Amino acid sequence: MSDLARPPAGSALHRFASPARFLRLAGSLQPWLAGGTLLCLGVGLYLALFGSPADYQQGETVRIMYVHVPAAWMALFVYLCIALASASLLVWRHPLAGLVAKASAPLGAAFTFLALATGSLWGKPMWGTWWEWDGRMTSVLILFFLYLGLIALTNAFESPERGQRASAVLALVGVVNLPIIKFSVDWWNTLHQPASVMRLDGPTIDPSMLWPLLIMAAGFTFYYLWVMLLRVRGELVEARLRALQRLETEGR
Amino acid sequence: MTRKRRRLTILLLALLSLGTATALVLSAFDDNLVFFYSPTKLKAAELPPERLVRVGGLVLPGSVEKGPGSRVAFAITDNAAEVAVVYEGILPDLFREGQGVVAQGRLEPGGRFRAVEVLAKHDENYMPPEVAEALKESGEWRPAEGSDPKAGYATQ
Repeated sequence: MSDLARPPAGSALHRFASPARFLRLAGSLQPWLAGGTLLCLGVGLYLALFGSPADYQQGETVRIMYVHVPAAWMALFVYLCIALASASLLVWRHPLAGLVAKASAPLGAAFTFLALATGSLWGKPMWGTWWEWDGRMTSVLILFFLYLGLIALTNAFESPERGQRASAVLALVGVVNLPIIKFSVDWWNTLHQPASVMRLDGPTIDPSMLWPLLIMAAGFTFYYLWVMLLRVRGELVEARLRALQRLETEGR
Repeated sequence: MTRKRRRLTILLLALLSLGTATALVLSAFDDNLVFFYSPTKLKAAELPPERLVRVGGLVLPGSVEKGPGSRVAFAITDNAAEVAVVYEGILPDLFREGQGVVAQGRLEPGGRFRAVEVLAKHDENYMPPEVAEALKESGEWRPAEGSDPKAGYATQ
């Protein structure tokens, strides 16, 4: 791998040193993450659909929760990862951080869309409406648009570095939305229920339903890490390809 | 101060001021951000009668009268004040006495609330039916939205 990067000069070798280490690490983690994803989602889905009880109030409809809640958690978690990567790109100029943010944005958008769509499907039978402009739903919709904005901005520039830095600034501005989403149900009257799991006085959800939920959440997290690393590897290979092509045309 | 140090300081200061600005804006808009009024707030707000508003709270036990036809009359309470509601249409499955609901409509001059839409809320408690039964039998049952102030009706 590193011999591909040797031709330009010592500086280029230095620039690729960290990514090369990353590639090795990502390569060895990949099978574990893939296995973890399949195992957790397999066990989690079985427990969610067959191995857990119906809710005393919501009946079988409660099973939407096992997809909706992990998707919504991931929507926030992926954004937090993008924000941390963006800060590390802007402050420490870490070469991989921009790629991590770029690789994460479409995944975060997909999780957010999944949370919105399953929430809508859940809202109709339980609340009696597909959509209402309450604090939680509106702030999550803004999060979805933020993700789309990040994807567009990253790809709006001729040079990938400039695109990544522009979208890093946008990502950090959007961080204010995260506490708003989390606490919207406490600050304002919302149609959406308050938190059931991440609350100070402990979960208000029966263990027979909490465990399948946590296993599903673990599966979603493994999936994100797996596909994110896969995408970063792809980006690195692409960057190297571009560098080689430049050498090809300039060097000879 | 190194350049990295300076960039980090600028970033943190920018985030701090952005957060402060957002907090100020949100608290300034507070009244316009509520999804629904509690009965107490609705009475205090003195809204013009033609204004479409939402009122949320618990369906007062014993207040539901059905008929004629699809007409339903009930009262919404926040344990401090209550508002009488009339509604014509289909109620959500979760609608029942003691349940959290949000009604959208207009306050009539007589103080009665004419709803055009009724939505049901559910609380943050999830459990199998057997556990709910056991809790009721042992007297540990807390009707979540009524007695628990954290559920939000009494506080707003």
